[in-house]
Amino acid sequence: MPDALEKILSIRDLWIRQGEHVVLESINLELFSGDFLGIIGPNGGGKSTLLKAVLGLIKPDRGEISVFGLPPARARNRIGYVPQKTVFDRSFPVKVRDVVLMGRYSRIGLWHRYGPEDHNCALLALKAVGMADRAEREIGALSGGEQQRVFVARSLVSDPDLLLLDEPTAGIDSAQQTEFYELLSHLNRDLGKAIVLVSHDLTAVSTYVSKIACLNQRLYYHSSRELSNEDIEKAYGCPVEMIAHGTPHRVLREHD
Amino acid sequence: MIELNFLSYEFMRNALLAGLAAAVLCGIIGIYVILNRIVFISDGIAHAAFGGIGLGYFLGYDPLAFGIGSAVLTAIGIGLTSSRARVSEDTAIGVFMATGMAMGIMLLTLSRGYARDLYGYLFGNILAVTESDVLLILILTLVILVLVFLLYKELLLLSFDPIYGQAIGLPVSGLRLLLLSMVAFSVVVLIKVVGIIMVIALLTIPGAISRQHMKGLPSIMAGSVILGCVFVIIGLFISYDLDVPSGAAIILTAAVAFFLSTLLTR
Repeated sequence: MPDALEKILSIRDLWIRQGEHVVLESINLELFSGDFLGIIGPNGGGKSTLLKAVLGLIKPDRGEISVFGLPPARARNRIGYVPQKTVFDRSFPVKVRDVVLMGRYSRIGLWHRYGPEDHNCALLALKAVGMADRAEREIGALSGGEQQRVFVARSLVSDPDLLLLDEPTAGIDSAQQTEFYELLSHLNRDLGKAIVLVSHDLTAVSTYVSKIACLNQRLYYHSSRELSNEDIEKAYGCPVEMIAHGTPHRVLREHD
Repeated sequence: MIELNFLSYEFMRNALLAGLAAAVLCGIIGIYVILNRIVFISDGIAHAAFGGIGLGYFLGYDPLAFGIGSAVLTAIGIGLTSSRARVSEDTAIGVFMATGMAMGIMLLTLSRGYARDLYGYLFGNILAVTESDVLLILILTLVILVLVFLLYKELLLLSFDPIYGQAIGLPVSGLRLLLLSMVAFSVVVLIKVVGIIMVIALLTIPGAISRQHMKGLPSIMAGSVILGCVFVIIGLFISYDLDVPSGAAIILTAAVAFFLSTLLTR
């Protein structure tokens, strides 16, 4: 298998400052096709900033990011993005199908109108997340979990090879969260999408991802689905028991 | 026959044309104003346009053209000030709004003998719309209709989820400036019809009513355009019949419809 691995994302010595404050410090990360990377870390640890840098929305102060060997802004049509808690007016007059079509923008660009192929892709994307029967409903009429699936469909509709999800399960009840993570597993395993999932929910993430990293200004990552106690304690600044209390410690390597 | 009387005067025909064009404009741009929550900005732009109108008057050029100029500059100014300087957007709007009004009043007063026109710009005097005004209004309406048609999907994305739009490469700040400029054009057209003080009502009421009853953006826009036209026609009738200012007549018609509609939907 390793022979067919394509390098999808490469981050080298990335630094990002906001004013005097260092948000990201010397981040190094490589991601290959088929990877499902979970990035955990405390709030304010720079998780969203890292995703925005990969999307080319924030310029690095130092270091280099390349996505599919390209500068981030030029790789946008190969990236699908589900932003942190999409804030919208629940009575916004737009159908689910039209929300999904929005994701085609990165393919067809300014001025062009949606064609039959775009509508077809929108339907396929809705099928992939199990929401095809909701296509003609207004987006505000769906539950939080269903809306989140629609936003995943929107990120899938441009047929990206890399999905970036920023706290996608915030505000969703736990039953729907489980279904949602199952959906991500399916997209990763069966459709071959590389996924970067950012979350502060350590337990849930660790069950589904194939690799895990911990981010709090610095990135703790060993290209595996394990982190050491020390990594987590450094990142969170407190003993592991306080974070992973009462949960299966899958993330943690056995102490030697 | 009131109707025949009504249309046998050229000024009435001009008034009707200008009013209907304005209704089409607000029907469409008003929806974007509501969805993007830029009602206050739009009101600020309307007030700031008064500065340009005053300058046009003072220099002896077409006040409407100067009004458009200052409205667009204000739209851009608000956009730039709030994104560059450490000034929040509503503060910037407040400053631009008051500055424009003050400039307009000062320059109009200095131009002497235009008190009646001052009244007209503040409260609307659709019956004073000239043929060249009508032409300008029709051209503006056409340009905006074409732009909205061509950029429909972009404006929808901008209105629904600008953060996501930016992430997938939508030129969000450019589109926002374009939208504000289109608001600026619409506002100046409306000034002729209902006056600066009441612009915001005609920009928002038809869209707000239509949204209570229609589903889907195209239907809401169509409903809003039709409502706007109805308000303008009824308002003009009342204005003609009772000899009251057209702006007030149109806005009151719209307001009555709004309250009725809100009562009925709840």
